[in-house]
Amino acid sequence: MEKEQLEHGLNHNRRKFLGKLSLGIGSLALGSLLIPDLFNRKSAEEELFDALPHFAPKAKRVIYLFQNGAPSQLESFDYKPLLNKQMGQELPESIRMGQRLTGMTSGQSSFPLVGSYFGFQQYGEARAWVSDLFPHTSKIVDDICIIKSMHTEAINHDPALTFFQTGAQVGNRPSMGAWLSYGLGSENSNLPAFCVLLSRGKGNGQGVYSKLWTNGFLDSIHQGVQFSASEDPVLYLGDPVGMSRADRRKMLDKLATLNQMSFESYGDPEIQAKIQQYEMAFRMQTAVPEVTDISKEPDSIIKMYGPDCLVPGTYAANCLLARKLSENGVRFVQLYHQGWDQHDNLPSEMKGQAKDVDQASAALIQDLKQRGLLDETLVVWGGEFGRTNYCQGKIQADNYGRDHHPRAFSVWMAGGGVKSGMVYGETDEFGYNIVDKPVHVHDFQATILHLMGINHEKLTYKHLGRRYRLTDVSGKIVKDILV
Amino acid sequence: MVGFLFFNTLFASFDIYLDGFVISTFFHEITFDNKPLTRIIVKSQTFLYAPFLFLLLFSCNEKKSQSNILDSNDQVSYNFHIRPILSDKCFACHGPDANKREAGLRLDMAESAYAALRENPGRHGIVPNDPDASEVYIRLTSEDPGEQMPPPESNLSLSNEEIEIIRKWISQGAEYEPHWAFVKPQKHPLPKVQNQSWPINDIDYFVLQRMEAEGLAPNPEADKNTLIKRISLDLTGLPPQPEWIAAFENDQSEDAYLKALDKLFAQEAFGEKLGALWMDISRYSDSYGYQDDNIRTQWPYRDWVIHAFNTNLPYDEFITWQLAGDLLPANNKEHILATAFNRNHKYTEEGGVIEEEYRVEYVLDKTNTFSKGIIGITMECAQCHDHKYDPISQKEYFELFAFFNNTPEKGYEGDVMQSKPAKTPILWIDKEDTSELLKFINQRDSSRLMVSVMEELDSLRPTYILDRGLYDAPTSQVFPSTPMSVLEFGTNYPKNRLGLAQWTVSKENPLTARVFVNLIWQEIFGQGIVKSTGDFGMQGDLPSHPELLDWLAVDFMGNGWDIKRLLKQILSSATYKQSSFVDRKALEKDPENIFLSRYPRLRLPAENVRDLVLASSGLLVTEIGGPSVKPYQPKGLWEASTSGRGELKTYVQDTGDKLYRRGLYTFIKLTSPPPMPIIFDGSNRDQCEVNRGRTNTPLQALVMLNDPMVLEAASNLALTISKKHEDPSEALREAFVRILSRNPKNEELKVLEHYLKEEKERFTSNMDQAYSLVQVGNYPPKKEEINPDVAAMMQVITMLYNLEETITKI
Repeated sequence: MEKEQLEHGLNHNRRKFLGKLSLGIGSLALGSLLIPDLFNRKSAEEELFDALPHFAPKAKRVIYLFQNGAPSQLESFDYKPLLNKQMGQELPESIRMGQRLTGMTSGQSSFPLVGSYFGFQQYGEARAWVSDLFPHTSKIVDDICIIKSMHTEAINHDPALTFFQTGAQVGNRPSMGAWLSYGLGSENSNLPAFCVLLSRGKGNGQGVYSKLWTNGFLDSIHQGVQFSASEDPVLYLGDPVGMSRADRRKMLDKLATLNQMSFESYGDPEIQAKIQQYEMAFRMQTAVPEVTDISKEPDSIIKMYGPDCLVPGTYAANCLLARKLSENGVRFVQLYHQGWDQHDNLPSEMKGQAKDVDQASAALIQDLKQRGLLDETLVVWGGEFGRTNYCQGKIQADNYGRDHHPRAFSVWMAGGGVKSGMVYGETDEFGYNIVDKPVHVHDFQATILHLMGINHEKLTYKHLGRRYRLTDVSGKIVKDILV
Repeated sequence: MVGFLFFNTLFASFDIYLDGFVISTFFHEITFDNKPLTRIIVKSQTFLYAPFLFLLLFSCNEKKSQSNILDSNDQVSYNFHIRPILSDKCFACHGPDANKREAGLRLDMAESAYAALRENPGRHGIVPNDPDASEVYIRLTSEDPGEQMPPPESNLSLSNEEIEIIRKWISQGAEYEPHWAFVKPQKHPLPKVQNQSWPINDIDYFVLQRMEAEGLAPNPEADKNTLIKRISLDLTGLPPQPEWIAAFENDQSEDAYLKALDKLFAQEAFGEKLGALWMDISRYSDSYGYQDDNIRTQWPYRDWVIHAFNTNLPYDEFITWQLAGDLLPANNKEHILATAFNRNHKYTEEGGVIEEEYRVEYVLDKTNTFSKGIIGITMECAQCHDHKYDPISQKEYFELFAFFNNTPEKGYEGDVMQSKPAKTPILWIDKEDTSELLKFINQRDSSRLMVSVMEELDSLRPTYILDRGLYDAPTSQVFPSTPMSVLEFGTNYPKNRLGLAQWTVSKENPLTARVFVNLIWQEIFGQGIVKSTGDFGMQGDLPSHPELLDWLAVDFMGNGWDIKRLLKQILSSATYKQSSFVDRKALEKDPENIFLSRYPRLRLPAENVRDLVLASSGLLVTEIGGPSVKPYQPKGLWEASTSGRGELKTYVQDTGDKLYRRGLYTFIKLTSPPPMPIIFDGSNRDQCEVNRGRTNTPLQALVMLNDPMVLEAASNLALTISKKHEDPSEALREAFVRILSRNPKNEELKVLEHYLKEEKERFTSNMDQAYSLVQVGNYPPKKEEINPDVAAMMQVITMLYNLEETITKI
């Protein structure tokens, strides 16, 4: 626990910080890249963080598999045979209850119910329903907790994504990973606390936005670091061609000598901090390629995640990378997989999307489990809202689509203090409204923070006169799903 | 009124000066252990501000053990001691927000605080002179969880010291005062200082008085090299050209410095420097944001901003045109172009959105940008409910909203397939305009430009209070007006944006000038006199030099809102001209340099880091304005995040001159902003921002080491100076002067020469490495131009670019 307490993040201006810690701190790392042992005196900020974690955390790290575009709950985890029975019949007004519609379907004169074209079976001891699109996920149902009663306030992608990640639909607030970097810092001084990995399926895409991993009003050290599939996994990481590590070292040594001279002339501790940042950059240049190198992974692992994991930039490759980053102490790994927006062509597109993510998502759970890491790693799978139970456009023999539906949708969580083999919450037989145990986005966020040992009402940051928090002004921990 | 106040106090950790830290409170660590300390005599010119001085005294000492007690003679001030506590800990439930007010008790106004309690008419929240009869004090000190205030579930609590201050205030009569920032600023006489020889202009008296009270002394004046670099960076964002440095060094005339300032004010780069600041406030971008994030054409507005600063358009007009140029009686296209200010926010092109939801969203953004960027009040809270801290009701919020609600704008004009470079209402700019009135627009071809601007509807669109700020929950109707507590909306003003502009730039307005001079002060000194630049409300920080802030504001208004004059005053002060040497004792006393006993060393803003590298290497293309450009950017960023639709799904890097433009002109795609500025704390332009962080991270180191922009600059400069000088030491010297604006010291030169020699040896035995290193960028030098000397020189130059001093305003 002592380690946990020391590994907190920082969020203040470096100058001030150094000033407060008095002079002569020779080496300091930064926030998400913090070397913990160097603090020899407590500042007011540190005292704040001494309270963190607020209680013993269940999870130390999070891997969030964001299914960007909103996968349909009705073709994944929320089995509604009634929709197949009433195929083509009108959605009763008693069920719709004035739910607002997006401009996509508000012009429709009819709202014909449409059931899943894919079959469902029950799996595991939990007897959880999973559609045939997710054969690998069906094998891990006893390791996960499926929440069928998620709901949100937003009805369009951008605000809904922003709401999930930052707790507000608009504005530039810090995202969940930034909050955790701020609150808990990194476990690895050579890697960022918050890493972001992007991939895209063939389905209708909605784009991702860098503000989803923004630090908002927190210091930029808490910003998600986007990893890339190109030659530089982290921007600007690679030295110029022909420059060896020794050549770089030589330059940095000379650089440090000159910076040190400048320090002697000016006495500004910021200069010494700069020297340290260059040292950390140098270490990152070794640490990042090591962690992103999958060539040493055994065949069994490659097989587990599927052949796509050898193709950089795919969801499968990102899942494997997420495991490696997390294993190396990265606090929050955020994946986004685009292409889940099936207004049309749902049967074909969703099949492709599910194929992209099913095996690797399940593999990640199994892999963490076999390494004994699942207990301390929280994995989350889900999109920004659900999809309507009625068809957008006309139902055809081989085609239909679904519009956005914020009132009820499914996500799953695993590991890190969440009950396994559980199905939580229930929707009505139309799959339209929640009838039992609703989970609001803020509840979901409060629960994640809770699992990380943080009281969501206390992890606050005062900005322009107001204390902000991830859960804004609401959020109840979903206690039933906790171990 | 002149008062002499005596305090024998030094208090501990005055955390208000820390960046909005959660547990920061005024009296966080004050202990009352009665240890006598140095008696300090504070002279104050005005009683109103005396408490500031008192407060500031505690900030200088961090050691808990040296705390002391408030003397019984000390006058506690509501404004400076009490309100910060009440606002932070009590107003959420007992403040301006009528809907969340508990037990009907309101503590932000005397009348209601003194009144009989609704639920217990025999008792009163506050009974002046009698803390023990005051329910507030009783509850604060209660140990019964049911009685205790703030209630335990609020996660808020007051320290014993805070409670003690409140007790004392009540016993002294519990007098209320209006919030300092809502009182019209007044010019106070200059304070008396001991060191009469130090001040150069009026600013210095205010600064020096504070320093002297703190036992601090100013640093000596910086040397001429430093000054020319400093003023050049501050006024143009570019390093001084080596010839200027030499000319300034050699100019021994008395007004050499002022002449140098004037020369810099006359540079067109001046408008670019201030323009960059205004781009953050006006949340400028080159795309619409939201999911498909297609391209738009707002850059002619940026050209106008640069032009306005260069022609020194008075700030009152600068604001008036942007808010209401289209409503000016004799308006022209330039006035209308300025109104693009209110159209720079994001626009959705997501199919299926609900139009009114977004139309309302846009009006909210305009309202919030106006209040944060121009009058320094964060009003967003009042969008959903009465403000909890500032006396701004939800009704007042929507009255302000009403000014911006009367345009023909649409919430949605079709999806990305129907996207155009501007949205209704549109200003069309043709060749005729750009060759006459709008000459400042850098339009190279004859195509017509379209810019999103403001326009007023003929009939009034009704505005309603929106319950919880939701577009589909209108309640009662409101009409355009401004927050009463700031300044009443005069009956002589038209009830439209023009009236709002007139109200804003009225000399009676207590905020506009203060907010702007504070912003400029922040640009120059790194932090504002009021540190919370965008929040002058009750939860904002108190000014470190309140009289100076007022002096600057009044002087600014009284002299035609002249921006260049304001800057010239600041830059010619002794305060500004101090060296940035960090004295250990001063650092311990004043780690954040609040009292300005040295010039702060500040990392350059992101744009200027780029500018410095390009300018010093000779690569910079100094063209002003025009469409934004796409310089080198790591591969795959746009491609990884795009929806796959729209013109910006792939990053098509520019070529030629466009690779070497100033940072101000880098294309900003909102959903994937250029990485280098973001790594260097630039705004992502998602919303109005009034101050940037200033961090120091390993990612910044990686940019400076490996960004092809830096490497190409180093390569270019290495070739240039290697050709020019036969003696490598001379070449090194030139590179050093170009990059650091000073001559190298001997010991520095030795390190450089040694490194040059080592690298030369490496490249001599391995020319392939030399080729691959030097041949960087779109226009790599030919092989025959490359030799071990050039490659080694490039390495040295790259290292120079990575020096801490290089990208620091010293």
